[in-house]
Amino acid sequence: MNFNFKHEWIETNIGLMAVLTMLAISVGGLVEIAPLFFIDKTIEKVEGVRPYTPLEQRGRDIYQREGCYTCHSQMIRPFRDEKLRYGHYSLAAESQYDHPFQWGSKRTGPDLARVGGKYSNEWHVQHLVAPRSMVPESVMPNYPWLLATKLDISDTAARMKALRKVGVPYSLSQAEYDANVAKFGETVARQLHIPDAQKNLVEQANFGNYDGDRSGVSEMDALVAYLQVLGTMVDFSKYSDDAFVDVR
Amino acid sequence: MSEQKLQSQTVQTTGHAWDGDLQEYNNPLPVWWVYTFYATVIFSIIYWVIYPSWPIGKDWIGGLSKITYVNSAGETRTHSWNTRALLLKDLNQAAAEQKPYFDKVSSMSYEQIAKDPEMNGFILSAGKALFADNCAPCHQAGGQGVVAFFPNLTDDDWLYGGSFDKIHETLMGGRRGYMPAFSDVLAGEQIDQLANYVAKLSGIGHDATKAAAGDVLFHSETAACYYCHSSDARGRKDIGAPNLTDNIWLWANVPATDAAEGKVAAIRSVIANGLNKGVMPAWAGRLSPEQIKVLTVYVHELGGGQ
Repeated sequence: MNFNFKHEWIETNIGLMAVLTMLAISVGGLVEIAPLFFIDKTIEKVEGVRPYTPLEQRGRDIYQREGCYTCHSQMIRPFRDEKLRYGHYSLAAESQYDHPFQWGSKRTGPDLARVGGKYSNEWHVQHLVAPRSMVPESVMPNYPWLLATKLDISDTAARMKALRKVGVPYSLSQAEYDANVAKFGETVARQLHIPDAQKNLVEQANFGNYDGDRSGVSEMDALVAYLQVLGTMVDFSKYSDDAFVDVR
Repeated sequence: MSEQKLQSQTVQTTGHAWDGDLQEYNNPLPVWWVYTFYATVIFSIIYWVIYPSWPIGKDWIGGLSKITYVNSAGETRTHSWNTRALLLKDLNQAAAEQKPYFDKVSSMSYEQIAKDPEMNGFILSAGKALFADNCAPCHQAGGQGVVAFFPNLTDDDWLYGGSFDKIHETLMGGRRGYMPAFSDVLAGEQIDQLANYVAKLSGIGHDATKAAAGDVLFHSETAACYYCHSSDARGRKDIGAPNLTDNIWLWANVPATDAAEGKVAAIRSVIANGLNKGVMPAWAGRLSPEQIKVLTVYVHELGGGQ
């Protein structure tokens, strides 16, 4: 056997072929994904983005449980029609605390990246229970159980601890809490403190009264609280319309 | 496969024989395939040069393609190609096309816009699109609303006023409806009397004796309905208290049933439970001043403008 390269070697050696195929494929990922971790501008520097409160985070869990993401994206692309319909394009910074992010790639329903504040709580409740009573042409399923089901809040702290492990700055110690006060302000930092998770959750649900019923915390409370915060954290009036052009 | 062809070919085989005589041709790749492959390689190199591509340290190569746009501060800027700059350029072009109209919207009064036939056409088309995107989920595509949830915008009944200025105020700041629950304050019998009185005000089926008692209660300090709905029950637009005399129903779902007793029951339910709904979001931050002005005229022209 001489040392001239022969493609045959690869073709007749399935182990070698598997290794080389994997190497070839991983080049795509290495070139496209890895540099993003080193480039300064990947996540825009923008004020206002904070981790979700315990209630919003539980709402997000329900959003995922019900599979909302299969029909709704949360990613406004920088196109004129999307800007006119949904608002400012989504920033990477706005989903920095999302694990996993809910960008999605399919829209049967509208994009929800900036649905927060667009409709009243009452509309959301009625629309989730019976979508066609609000939007006659809608093909969205009914979610009546959200209103009837009490939210399980027993594992709220555990869920926040899990997110803390992947980098969401929920605080456990006083030092972490103080760091959050410095970073997000006291009001937000209090909501991010894991030892107070359940208390904070119930307080926000009672104060916000998202489902129109103060007698308990329903899954509807959590989901509507989550929907109402989507896309509202950044105040775009503080930035010029090309503030985020240079970082791309 | 024809045997003829196999015999006539002198293509190299892989050299391995299975089952004694089963061999595999070692054909070269088709020429068209090879050249297509080279073409994609060349294409990718051109692409790297024109568009943003290779990361270098903490930055990347921007590419030769540039986009020039005017930002909101009026500065003309040039940036290497990206979709965000492209969006601004696209918006610049659209804004230039719409500028004559939006300039007019800004400079003209509501009355002038409503009377100008050309502007009317613009309001109808631009307003319809804005209304469909932002207002229709609650107020429905035609502005007819949903009884028990969201008000009808096409009739002459206005909670907060149907003038241009009032509609504008509603759009800018949003609204929040409220009526206290009377089930804790009044006896069931009293609520029933009030409900019959309210039914009587709109000329629908009621019990005359109960309605008479309800009349007294309505104007008494016990129920004090007249505080908000005023002594003549025509409501107060400054606080969004509805007119109770016009047989137009928003909160009490009176039209849902033909039976007089059902209608009274619907009114009773509102008096007993009160209302902590009727929330309209504020649009000041979400839409531009011109867009809100277009919507103001559009809603006014839906039929009920005052």
